[in-house]
Amino acid sequence: MNHVAPNILVYGYGNPGRGDDGLGPALVDALEPLAAPNLTCESDYQLAVEDAVSLTRFDVVIFVDAAMSGPEPFWFGPVQPTRELSFSSHSATPGQVVTLAREMFGAEIKAYTLGIRGYRFGELGDPLSEPARANLALALAFIQRAVREQDFEQYTRQFGVDSGRGCACGPQPEA
Amino acid sequence: MSVIKRVVIEPVTRVEGHGKVTILLDEAGKVVQARLHVVEFRGFERFIQGRLFWEIPVLVQRLCGICPVSHHLAAAKAMDRIVGGEALTPTAEKLRRLMHYGQMYQSHALHFFHLASPDLLFGFDADPAIRNVIGVAAKFPDLAVQAVMMRKYGQEIIKATAGKKVHGTGAIPGGVNKNLSIAERDFLLKEVDQQMTWAKSAVKIAREYTTAHLKELLPFGSFESNHLSLVRADGAMDLYHGNLRAVDTQGKKIFDQIDYQKYVDFIAEDVRDWSYMKFPFIKKLGPESGWYRVGPLARLNTADFIDTPAAESARKEFRAVTGGKTNNVTMAYHWARMVELLHSMEKIQELLNDNDLQGEDLVAKGERREEGVGVIEAPRGTLFHHYRVDKNDQVVMANLIVSTTHNNEPMNRAVTKVAQDHLSGVEITEGLLNRIEVAIRAYDPCLSCATHALGQMAIDVSVVDYEGKVLCEKSRG
Repeated sequence: MNHVAPNILVYGYGNPGRGDDGLGPALVDALEPLAAPNLTCESDYQLAVEDAVSLTRFDVVIFVDAAMSGPEPFWFGPVQPTRELSFSSHSATPGQVVTLAREMFGAEIKAYTLGIRGYRFGELGDPLSEPARANLALALAFIQRAVREQDFEQYTRQFGVDSGRGCACGPQPEA
Repeated sequence: MSVIKRVVIEPVTRVEGHGKVTILLDEAGKVVQARLHVVEFRGFERFIQGRLFWEIPVLVQRLCGICPVSHHLAAAKAMDRIVGGEALTPTAEKLRRLMHYGQMYQSHALHFFHLASPDLLFGFDADPAIRNVIGVAAKFPDLAVQAVMMRKYGQEIIKATAGKKVHGTGAIPGGVNKNLSIAERDFLLKEVDQQMTWAKSAVKIAREYTTAHLKELLPFGSFESNHLSLVRADGAMDLYHGNLRAVDTQGKKIFDQIDYQKYVDFIAEDVRDWSYMKFPFIKKLGPESGWYRVGPLARLNTADFIDTPAAESARKEFRAVTGGKTNNVTMAYHWARMVELLHSMEKIQELLNDNDLQGEDLVAKGERREEGVGVIEAPRGTLFHHYRVDKNDQVVMANLIVSTTHNNEPMNRAVTKVAQDHLSGVEITEGLLNRIEVAIRAYDPCLSCATHALGQMAIDVSVVDYEGKVLCEKSRG
């Protein structure tokens, strides 16, 4: 039996000029040279509605963003579709983009978020902080394995469970 | 054994700031003022100092992800002055214009269809859970797909002219670093006819909505004001380059054809103790009466005509609603925005058929200067970039006035008007909250750009009595 490898998109977003906010694009920059034939890497400042069109070309999409809090070094979980929009935001969340892709274009995609823990977001022009760089290295090793093995349910159990609206659940420390 | 526990992880919302509205009551409980506050983070000017001037057009795109192209081009125009290359080659100017019209097209499409149309299609009182773009997608699927494809087309133009979506490098001091290849041109031309059809239908939607709801919209957040924008030497609308013109509420010119290199002689910025954002005003009128609006509504009020046929026809219909006089209706911003969207599409079509875009003469140079101002009509309004550069090519001073800052006073006035008309007692109803959102959205504010803020975009509204006591608070995130 022939096995057709799913087309995977790793989409990192964030502002590389704002400290650890650039973790998503930084992961994509590091991953791209290592990319596999079925893997596409993209990055942008932010997600936007037209990304819903791009998503339709893929079977699996992994959004990569910086996380301001939560588990270290990163968390991983499925994207929960959402209809919620903020008051005047020009950007979109993974949940909104996935909802649009499914409802407007009939896309049947599996979508996940990889949140890499960052620490310093305030100063324009800051590079990635040292702790964020360490988390990035671990997240890069993880995403390479994830793209290769594609056992996303296992990763969700291991690294976090999504709770919707860009939030997530993470593993509690051992009691 | 591990136990799974639910923990909240904040996503990084890098785009816009936190909108806070305070409604102030007098002793009789009447609304005297509403104040729109935003969180301040003015790190940009400091970040820029010491940088080499030719890096600036790329660096300024880090301000935010909403309108990087506008900052890119405004900074490039300022740096054209530094290298004495402001007389661009035809290829360079046309490529920059194509990039700019692509930005205008995608930004206006995004705003109208994704932010404004839910308010217009479902009504101001509709549940916010439905009154959003996904609600539009469910009820008006063809329109929603059209909107996404319009936005995507504008982004494709930016990518082709700026080189890439993030940190594009297309504009450099004195010109551009690439032309448009035949393959890129042909790719973009394939969709022009479809996009033009959609642009015309967008104007129709905005016009029909506004004229059908005129009675309700005329007073909504509206007030008389001055208006400011660039115009061409012959008075035509020009979104990329021109001189400054300001008109008063009757349409009378306050000043005209002012070289924006001298803007500091005509415009000043007021500060108020309750706001981090400054309040620009026309110097000769003073801060009390010299404030003005910028953006699509202002541009349709200042321009004598538009030099593309379909948009000019749409402009005439727009002006006819107010008998040719200045239009001060806040909600008319949406219609004006769609007229500009159509104008941008006509310009895109014109430029894509111009062989100059494949020219090889990309950069102009002249006498080196130490100071330069670049001004452009960004989607939300006039954008000023002002720099001084020392003999070592390092930036020693930067001052930016962005469109949301120009519109600071008008946005406060709009919210005050809405509060005066719709606040009953002290309770912040869902209806009031909706209307405050609608009024602010008309201006399409980019709060991070104005304040350089990081944070979750949300709106908090509070009602405060004359002694400063908070009577009611409500938030929507």
